[in-house]
Amino acid sequence: MTSWTLLIIAALTATGFFVGQAKAQGLRNAGTASLHSLPAYHGLLMASMALAAAGITTLAVAAIAGPNSLVMPAAAALLGTGAIAASYRIITRDFRARNRFEFFVMLVLIACSAVAVLTTVGIVFSVLFESLAFFSEVSPIEFLFGTHWAPTSTPPSFGLIPLLAGTLLITFIAIVVAGPLGLLSAIYMAEYSSRKMRGVLKPMLEILAGVPTVVLGFFAALTVAPLVRNAGESLGLNVASESALAAGLVMGMMIVPLISSLSDDIINAVPQALRDGSYAMGATKSETIKRVVLPAALPGIVSAFMLAISRAIGETMIVVMAAGLAANLTFNPLAAVTTITVQIATLLVGDQEFDSAKTLSAFALGFVLFCFTLVLNYIALRIVQRYREQYD
Amino acid sequence: MTDTFDKGNAAFIAKRYASERRFKAYGAVALAVSVLFLVYLIVDIGIKAWPSFFEHRVVLEVNLDASKIPADEVLKGDFEGLVRGSLRSLFPRVTTRGDVRSLTSLLSAGAADDLRQDTAANPASIGTTVRAGALLGDDSDLYLKGMLTTTLRMPGTTNLQLAQSGEEFILTGDLSQLAVGQIVRANGGALRITGVEAGLAKAEAILPPATLNSLTPGTWDILSFSRAEADRRIDDRQVVLLEALRDKGVIEKHFAWRFFTSGDSREPELAGLRGAIFGSLLTLIMTLSLSVPLGIAAAVYLEEFAAKNKWTEIIEVNINNLAAVPSIIFGLLGLAVFINFFGLPRSAPLVGGLVLALLVLPTIIIASRAALKAVPPSIKEAALGVGASHQQAVFHHVLPLAVPGILTGTILGVARALGETAPLLMIGMVAFIVDVPKGFTEAATVLPVQIFLWSDLPEIAFQSRTAAAIIVLLVILFGLNAAAIYMRKRFERRW
Repeated sequence: MTSWTLLIIAALTATGFFVGQAKAQGLRNAGTASLHSLPAYHGLLMASMALAAAGITTLAVAAIAGPNSLVMPAAAALLGTGAIAASYRIITRDFRARNRFEFFVMLVLIACSAVAVLTTVGIVFSVLFESLAFFSEVSPIEFLFGTHWAPTSTPPSFGLIPLLAGTLLITFIAIVVAGPLGLLSAIYMAEYSSRKMRGVLKPMLEILAGVPTVVLGFFAALTVAPLVRNAGESLGLNVASESALAAGLVMGMMIVPLISSLSDDIINAVPQALRDGSYAMGATKSETIKRVVLPAALPGIVSAFMLAISRAIGETMIVVMAAGLAANLTFNPLAAVTTITVQIATLLVGDQEFDSAKTLSAFALGFVLFCFTLVLNYIALRIVQRYREQYD
Repeated sequence: MTDTFDKGNAAFIAKRYASERRFKAYGAVALAVSVLFLVYLIVDIGIKAWPSFFEHRVVLEVNLDASKIPADEVLKGDFEGLVRGSLRSLFPRVTTRGDVRSLTSLLSAGAADDLRQDTAANPASIGTTVRAGALLGDDSDLYLKGMLTTTLRMPGTTNLQLAQSGEEFILTGDLSQLAVGQIVRANGGALRITGVEAGLAKAEAILPPATLNSLTPGTWDILSFSRAEADRRIDDRQVVLLEALRDKGVIEKHFAWRFFTSGDSREPELAGLRGAIFGSLLTLIMTLSLSVPLGIAAAVYLEEFAAKNKWTEIIEVNINNLAAVPSIIFGLLGLAVFINFFGLPRSAPLVGGLVLALLVLPTIIIASRAALKAVPPSIKEAALGVGASHQQAVFHHVLPLAVPGILTGTILGVARALGETAPLLMIGMVAFIVDVPKGFTEAATVLPVQIFLWSDLPEIAFQSRTAAAIIVLLVILFGLNAAAIYMRKRFERRW
């Protein structure tokens, strides 16, 4: 029925446009004084009336009677035609169709921009409700401070600490890799490289940024992890085959482009006058960068790092494919650890029952993850915003 | 400051310049590391993927026996039996049950599929003898690609006498060429050396030789392997049969179009990307048809119409935050809201598209706003000056000029949606889908998820298939990015 209803709505909308336009055109041809609005606006207004009437009816019927009921297309057709008939009578020479139509357009635009807010609200509520359901079974204290995570064992235990430790360990490795690489790359591109070189290097980093994480995960699991393992063994170390180091290294490479492009923008935003002043004092380029440009750009760079940390914490595929599943509470980068995102993914892939603590715990983890990244993002974005205002 | 400039202190200046060069070198090294990582990643995956784009077939003369093929239902004919029979006829001396099983195990489970389709398309060929390529199984295929073991062939250059005692064969004579584990092929059979002692070598039959004639130089050869039988997925008997097929010249290597034209399968040599590509396509259509109108409308509102107040500020902060929310959280949203609350079907491109649309919406809004902002205000002012309404000025004049920028942003959004995996795992697009999804509400899978699923499988052949699927995905993504860069270059306008 859905496709029939959509077809009816489309037909009514088109009809509305042509009927409205024809009537206005008739008025225009008949009279001597001109119309207030162009005939096309009369048509558009009538079309949008028909669309709104039929569309809202359809949604209402679908919500009450289900999408397969025969009532849906019938009601849509009836109300759509009604809307056309009703608005046919109000088309006159002085009718302000354009203003009405523009009002309608504005409503649509506002509704569209509200979707972003609705999405956030949807995320918060979906995660929050399921988390509350979870916390009615497991106490929040036990969840937040427990040091043992085993959701599938009997009795299950839901202690966040090992997951948090694993997440932070991998994130730490990633930042240790990506921080210097990204920042130095940005400095080189912003301050040293020629225009031509920049034109080559920047797209390269963009390509690296565009590599899907599932690809990086495959690379981490099949190439980097054995490399790390072999290197460790040749040094006489005992390296787990799903070591945090391998996942962290590849994740670091993933966020290099993020750090470098954000830092690049920020370094470029530092006014040239500051550099010129430093050069005039006889400083070399690197001295200028280290003592003038970087301190001036520091807030922005800090926020770039925070966004990078938030990205690393929320990254899923690399760790799902290259990190472990067992929750070990360790800070040894050569051991296998698991992360919050890995657990969410493993708990929710496959069939879920929404009443088991096991499934709900994934939402509680999601809630923790969301809060974590939200705080990081919010602070970082505020810093960038304030900083931008400073130099603009 | 103690490090003031001192004209006489050349050493100090030299130190500062050295530090300058060092600092510059750090930057260059950092960039080089990133670029090398990218190159290594692509080359490594490319090397892993390369074999998967080819497949081996054994070309057989198959007699399409009319009694085995029902005339009204050609597709139900026993083509497997015909193909196997034809393969057996190449080895008249392979008769024992175990040997026959080894021989037929070389073929893929879908070895007869091509012949079946060809015959169905051309029923007139029933009753005649046709040449047909039968697909080899993944292990045979990997062996022929040299991925299971490296096989060395040495022609026999000495004289040997062959004798049989019970099950065991004894080789005497000049044993200088022989070593344990090697296979001696002679007299129409193959013998595996089990022990070399003073003056005699013991061997067991892999394929019993037809005669016990003495071996003279040139009539026999030796196969030796880099990996022992226990360490590889293909046993000596299969190797001997494959080598025999290779000697007969009936094995052909072809480009594996199957990889693009067939759906997923549990057999690596039959598994293809068709289902995943169509799934990705349906999901992307859904994503685009939602996120592009919504994104552009939101951008137009925020950039051109919105008053600066609390409400617009909330929306703006929201959009910037959403752009940085981890994608897996969007998966949780999809699971809790679209599937659990609204009851939309799991694993469907409909839900996948919805989730991805919300995911790329901020990207599109931000890019569109930047594109709208880049249009100089004079355009709008001129339109307003000749009497256009505010909306007319925006929709007739500003928006068309911003279209290239919006398009570039949209393409980048599409590239992101195409590579996204985690949220789709949450909403169950991990089902094993053989067929092409027929609609937006059918179960489907997408390219990155297919990659994830294959990467989990234990068969070595799937490793290579995974890499090949990655190459396909990367080619599409690079194509999209190149299109975005081209558009940016082509339509970029400096006002």
